[in-house]
Amino acid sequence: MLRPYCFSPSFCPVIQAIGRRSISAIESAGRFGQFLMDTLRGLRDVGTWARLVTVQMRRVGVDSLPVALFIAAFTGVVLALQASYTFTGAVPLYFVGTLVGKTMMLELGPVLTGLALAGRVGASMAAELGTMKVTEQVDALETLAYDPQSYLVVPRVVAATLMFPVIVAFAIAVGVITGWLTSLALLDLSTPDFIKGLKIFYLFKDIWFGLLKSASFGFTIALVGCVVGLGTTGGAAGVGRSTTRTVVYSAILILVLDAFWAVVLL
Amino acid sequence: MIEFQDLYKGFDGTPVLQGVSLTVRDRETMVIIGYSGTGKSVALKHIVGLLQPDAGDVIVDGLAVSTLDRDRLMGLRRGIGYVFQFAALFDSMTVAENLELGLRRRGLPDEEIEERVREALALVDLSGTGERLPAELSGGMRKRVGIARAIALRPRYILYDEPTTGLDPVTSAVIDRLMVRTREHLGVTGVVVTHDMRSAYTVGDRIAMLYDGSVRQVGSVEEIQQTEDPVVRQFIEGRPE
Repeated sequence: MLRPYCFSPSFCPVIQAIGRRSISAIESAGRFGQFLMDTLRGLRDVGTWARLVTVQMRRVGVDSLPVALFIAAFTGVVLALQASYTFTGAVPLYFVGTLVGKTMMLELGPVLTGLALAGRVGASMAAELGTMKVTEQVDALETLAYDPQSYLVVPRVVAATLMFPVIVAFAIAVGVITGWLTSLALLDLSTPDFIKGLKIFYLFKDIWFGLLKSASFGFTIALVGCVVGLGTTGGAAGVGRSTTRTVVYSAILILVLDAFWAVVLL
Repeated sequence: MIEFQDLYKGFDGTPVLQGVSLTVRDRETMVIIGYSGTGKSVALKHIVGLLQPDAGDVIVDGLAVSTLDRDRLMGLRRGIGYVFQFAALFDSMTVAENLELGLRRRGLPDEEIEERVREALALVDLSGTGERLPAELSGGMRKRVGIARAIALRPRYILYDEPTTGLDPVTSAVIDRLMVRTREHLGVTGVVVTHDMRSAYTVGDRIAMLYDGSVRQVGSVEEIQQTEDPVVRQFIEGRPE
């Protein structure tokens, strides 16, 4: 057998470990690329996925709304209070409206909702598809002449991509409303002043930037949940691993995408 | 006709199938027996393209399965019913919905789908269970639903993966009778993977034994029962030595 050249014997295990990790990373990237191609191919079978999208939209959208709104409501309160705390004496108080509005639209609305739903939606997809995989339900689907990409993946990805902006829009609205109510109740700020602050630096771009970003989060979370779920091996323990992995990968990708969109669009 | 042509398959460097060659004739039931881990289920999965061979191929009705593009593979699968070891029922769907799914894929009208579901459930003695969920059924009932799902498609071939494993002797006999009844009613070609010899003798027209990655012996039930091959004898008699 060909032995690797390692400069010194003590380096060998390190170099071998790096080699193994590199090969594994390249293989994973290849599998992901193949999965993406298969998903695009699955889009052709509209008859299969179209009727399943509404079910997934309800599960991803309607069922996730309470969690998203709960987070947004408290974020709005905290933003208003922290803004007032930061501005004291130096900046006019109506800028609380500016900060609440801008931050909810551009950053905290999409990102906090995305991170929360990575746990709720992504983990649930990975667990469901992982269980289907290890119990041969995915194979059964194939033997019934269904393409698992069309039947399982496309409806979830389409539903998440469409519904995330809707959830985030509601979250932004709730965050701004709770920020406004907090300003009225605790900061001695009037409604006209809060609205003045809200409008002063408002750009239409703020809204579409947040919603575009959230669509990309939805797409990513669903895709990761499906890729990891359908790659599950090893029974119940494997399903558990896939669920955890989905949440971690999704959270990382959300933060990377967040930075990416900021660089590209702002 | 199904032909395994010098089929090779391994996983993570471990060879499982090492040159399996076997022909399943039309309208016969071929039983594949062998020790656990000898690749019986692996061989079965190649027939419907769930696995890609490392070398060799499976030819179904003259089509080399591994060379088919996605659309033609789906076309081939429409003619094959597959009964999974643990039934693989869709647990979020009712029994009836499990049966309907494959029929809807074939574009049948609603009335015919309803009729076929009713007929298939009656054939497996499970009339009236259509609205129940798989979780509410016993192991034997789930296997029968799995068979009903395959039968409802009226396929040319039915593949059974360990249909009686884990069942009590009476339920196993019920499943065996069901497989025989299916062949008689529908005239389908069957491939049954099992290590249950009583089941093999009941349902099989011919029996093939997989050993060390290839077919050790193939013959009629009588030929296998009278074999002098020590490996096959030991297996069918269930002797430890």
